[in-house]
Amino acid sequence: MERNILSRRNFLGLSMGVGAGVALAACGSSGPGTGSGGGSGAGAASYWFLTGAPGEGIRTNTVNRFNQANPNSKITATTFQNDAYKTKIKTAIGAGQAPTIIWGWGGGTLRSYVQAGQVEDLTSWFGENAAVKDRLFPSSFGAATIDGKIYAMPAETVQPIVLFYNKRAFEKIGAQPPTTWGDVMDLVPKFNAAKIAPFSLGGQSRWTNMMWLEFLFDRIGGSEVFQAVFDGQKDAWSHPAALQALTMTQDLIKADGFIKGFSSITADSNADQALLYTGKAAMMLHGTWTYGGMAADGGDFVSSGSLGYMNFPPVDGGKGDVSDTVGNPGQYYSISSKATAEQKETAKKFFKDAVLADAEVKEWVDAGAVPIVKGTESAFSASKDADFLKFVYNTSANAKTFAQSWDQALSPTAAEKLLDNIAQLFQLKISPQQWVTNMNGTIGQ
Amino acid sequence: MTTLAPPVQRRSSEQTSAGGRSGPVAWLALPAFLMFAAFGIIPLIGVLVLSFTQWDGIGDIHPAGFDSWTTVLKDPGLVHALWVTFLIMALSWAFQTPLSLLIGVYLATQNRYREILAVIYFVPLLLSSAALAITYKALLDPNFGLGAGLGIPLLQQDWLGRDNLALGVLVFVVSWQFIPFHSLIYQSGVRQIPTAMYEASEIDGAGRVRQFFSITLPQLKYTIITSSTLMVVGSLTFFDLIFVLTAGGPGDATRALALDMYKRGFQANLMGPASVIAVILVLVGLGLALLLRRLGGRDATESQMEGV
Repeated sequence: MERNILSRRNFLGLSMGVGAGVALAACGSSGPGTGSGGGSGAGAASYWFLTGAPGEGIRTNTVNRFNQANPNSKITATTFQNDAYKTKIKTAIGAGQAPTIIWGWGGGTLRSYVQAGQVEDLTSWFGENAAVKDRLFPSSFGAATIDGKIYAMPAETVQPIVLFYNKRAFEKIGAQPPTTWGDVMDLVPKFNAAKIAPFSLGGQSRWTNMMWLEFLFDRIGGSEVFQAVFDGQKDAWSHPAALQALTMTQDLIKADGFIKGFSSITADSNADQALLYTGKAAMMLHGTWTYGGMAADGGDFVSSGSLGYMNFPPVDGGKGDVSDTVGNPGQYYSISSKATAEQKETAKKFFKDAVLADAEVKEWVDAGAVPIVKGTESAFSASKDADFLKFVYNTSANAKTFAQSWDQALSPTAAEKLLDNIAQLFQLKISPQQWVTNMNGTIGQ
Repeated sequence: MTTLAPPVQRRSSEQTSAGGRSGPVAWLALPAFLMFAAFGIIPLIGVLVLSFTQWDGIGDIHPAGFDSWTTVLKDPGLVHALWVTFLIMALSWAFQTPLSLLIGVYLATQNRYREILAVIYFVPLLLSSAALAITYKALLDPNFGLGAGLGIPLLQQDWLGRDNLALGVLVFVVSWQFIPFHSLIYQSGVRQIPTAMYEASEIDGAGRVRQFFSITLPQLKYTIITSSTLMVVGSLTFFDLIFVLTAGGPGDATRALALDMYKRGFQANLMGPASVIAVILVLVGLGLALLLRRLGGRDATESQMEGV
């Protein structure tokens, strides 16, 4: 009998520890329990998108306007927080429970949906509705196109990555913003001497570090360096420009170019922006989506004109075009191939009539963002952020190449390896040569 | 020796009732077993099957034989993750056990402020790991945290940005959270020790320290094993805290096995290799739990009350 007690206790003890591990591993098989799945058969189309101001409100308003105009074919919206959404949408699509309209980032993730046959081919629809296509930035279609076919409707705003700087910090040390990479390296010791970090960086988020490589690769070797990787050419990361860019990055780190403790700062908490607007750091390479946050949280930092911005400076002797930029060329709406014909019709009508209609365009501009619609410059002058909006519009519209962020352009598998290796590179744990070797191993994944 | 009746009686009553319970015991375990089967065994089988397949979580599942196993076993990342997991396990055990033992022993005594102190000690246990992680992350921020705010250079370290410091912070936060729980276990363990033993030793001239090492500690042998099992097996599955606090960083300095599994499965879309790691986690957990039981002696049910 004693033995019985023992085994029971043993059993419970083990099941507690092991059960937790298994439960974690089993998360992947749990689909959404709501009835908003694509196969519900009703005429109402479902639409999942992200929370967070200002996008959430604008997306909701667009849906509401569409529903008022189309009482018979409504769209039901469900919202998710960014990181939760990334896992949720993947699980839902894998379980055949995707919403009719899939909000996404295009690129590598979209490719994985396409390969699984989960999203509608919209090429012919865009052919029939040339007016819809022609009013959008042509650069926004790159990340929606997989093997020559369009699988998503580009939408919302363009978000290039730019070099922000704190004008007060530059006044303090009596320096000018950098015009070349050489200037950048010269500024580093000057700012450090004044106890100001040259660059703010939310290094724990990893993709923040990646932006540096994206620009340096481009400025040194031109846009074709990453294009070769994207096309899956063997040993494409071994380009000499890659080694040079990686070495220059590590040189900047060794020269204390980034804020102390950057590897434990996350971009999600906006601590990297806070470093810039509080004057603890002089410069920050970041997406234009941070502008709104700095305007809201930075006191009079933005309104007093202390925030400066510019495109990434050229590297002496580099081959890249100085107008090139990287970032998010847009957001992407796809239609689930598992949806009913009625739902698909509703979704297409939504794309045509409601997405980026004039009312939505105005809301984006008012929120300090540049929608991917041609000819919106005239709307900017009424905005209090007119200068910034014009800068973003011109940077995007004049870019010779607008590359998509690497982690979104590559497959999720290769992107994760990339981010891992970038984190190691920034920790100075691996050399540029090791980085190249590791990354060549991921080509084609 | 019948001076100390209550504990002895309790123990003997447990034995007699257990003796007459042989029939119903089996089916009383049925609800627990059903739950365990549904949420433990069946997913476990699913994970085992998935470990022999290739799946990105979206498309079709393709059988892949031992591909995932060879990929993972050849990956130096696995050895690193195992090492990190072991370090967290060993350090948090070594840090938590003595402290919770001492707090537990203290709480078991008849002290004036014991009740109030007990409540205060248990507060960390009520907080969620994610909330703790966010709080500590904010406090330890090198630019906006406690150190910078108070202007104390000693606190102004790059706590989560250096390999060893980040690991140390993790162990500290884990311990801070779970010491109350283990203290509770030790407290109840100490209360089971017959006071007759202490009285007898006092007559023999033993001091408090001698009593602690010669009576309390040996009597708590099984409590220590139980608490250690929970600590060791539990530390295998630390995920939320690490995920929020360091995300495995800096670099991969705190990438423990559970986090490695999540990253492979849900960020890199490699469900096959992630399942392999899940299976390894289960095996390591089972092995450790069995090992700890063995450490308790061949017959863990032998009485400690002999001669009492």
